[in-house]
Amino acid sequence: MQIIWDFFQNQVLGMKWLNVVIGNLLISWGFDINGQMGGSLQFFLYDTVKILILLIVLIFTISYIQSYFPPERTKKILGHFSGVKANTLAALFGTVTPFCSCSSIPLFIGFTSAGLPVGVTFSFLISSPLVDLGSLILLMSIFGTKIAVAYVVVGLVLAVLGGTIIEKIGMDEYVEDFVKNAGSIDVAAPSLTTNDRFQYAAEQVEATVKKVFWYIIIGVGIGALIHNWIPTNLILAVLGDNNPFSVLLATVVGIPMYADIFGTIPIAEALYAKGVGIGTVLSFMMAVTALSLPSIIMLRKAVKPQLLTVFVGIVATGIIIIGYAFNAFQYLFI
Amino acid sequence: MAKVKVLGSGCSKCNELEKNTLAALKELGMDTDIEHVTDFAQIAAYGVMTTPALVFEDKVLSHGRVLKKDEVIKLLKM
Repeated sequence: MQIIWDFFQNQVLGMKWLNVVIGNLLISWGFDINGQMGGSLQFFLYDTVKILILLIVLIFTISYIQSYFPPERTKKILGHFSGVKANTLAALFGTVTPFCSCSSIPLFIGFTSAGLPVGVTFSFLISSPLVDLGSLILLMSIFGTKIAVAYVVVGLVLAVLGGTIIEKIGMDEYVEDFVKNAGSIDVAAPSLTTNDRFQYAAEQVEATVKKVFWYIIIGVGIGALIHNWIPTNLILAVLGDNNPFSVLLATVVGIPMYADIFGTIPIAEALYAKGVGIGTVLSFMMAVTALSLPSIIMLRKAVKPQLLTVFVGIVATGIIIIGYAFNAFQYLFI
Repeated sequence: MAKVKVLGSGCSKCNELEKNTLAALKELGMDTDIEHVTDFAQIAAYGVMTTPALVFEDKVLSHGRVLKKDEVIKLLKM
């Protein structure tokens, strides 16, 4: 059983065979893959191809599943629940509801005007970019199952807690007035045939690849740079476990950055390979995906500065705590 | 006032929908006046939660997808 799982983990998800193939190709072209140039080239080619393959397969599968969970439906279901139960459900729905940052405001308005508490909406908004089925598989392919599952679990906990805190400290009044005054109209979710769902999934793949292609290239490029050109001791001095500020630094650097999880992974992978603590790496990934300057600016249109500050503060604090906790307990995962 | 409206935050998907809708209107020989609504309060007033959306005579025909030209033609003919 263990052998089958390891094979699945390393060869199917991790595509280690691809690394070997690319390595052999590079050798036959006269590159020294243990050298700096050849090594970074191998990392770059392997990671770009691997991530693009995973991206296409994953987005297709996920979009197909997601076509069953339009936000209109999520909104209706969430309306039946209250309290922490509602927050938990919102966080879980965040992982399967299709979401892009350009839709975050209409979605926010839709949820709020339907009478959902602001905390429930935020549970959804935190979990949606942070945790999805794609990131789970991708993390499994690179860091292994334990870390991937742990990432998803703490991500969900952060979403539930964050939303609950926002609720409990009475942030409801800091939603912009036009949001509250927007009437609640139900637009019927279109009924889809299996063919429609396949078409939707194919369209999502095309749109996502177009959107994130350059992020992946840049991400892998930075990853390759870290992998072979930046001295290990320099990286460890800044982000290593001996620097007490490593997690803090990784989070603060990650927050304004805007990238998809697919673009973030190669950087995380290279840092991890250099010996940076798993908590520091996860903090960086969470900060990049959960918070970004464009999404914060977008959200400002729907909520007042007080609530926006609380939101960023809670999520950032949560990410930092998660990072230090993972670093402290990383012997459990490796 | 334009009969046909594209609702969206101005993202690339929304512009694509506007382009396809324009092509569809031309083919149908209809008035090609399209209003691109980017104001979130107005978008929300239509009950739309996923952009881009296509509105015809104040009715939401589609939302959350970039329709192809032929799909727009089909919806407008209904």
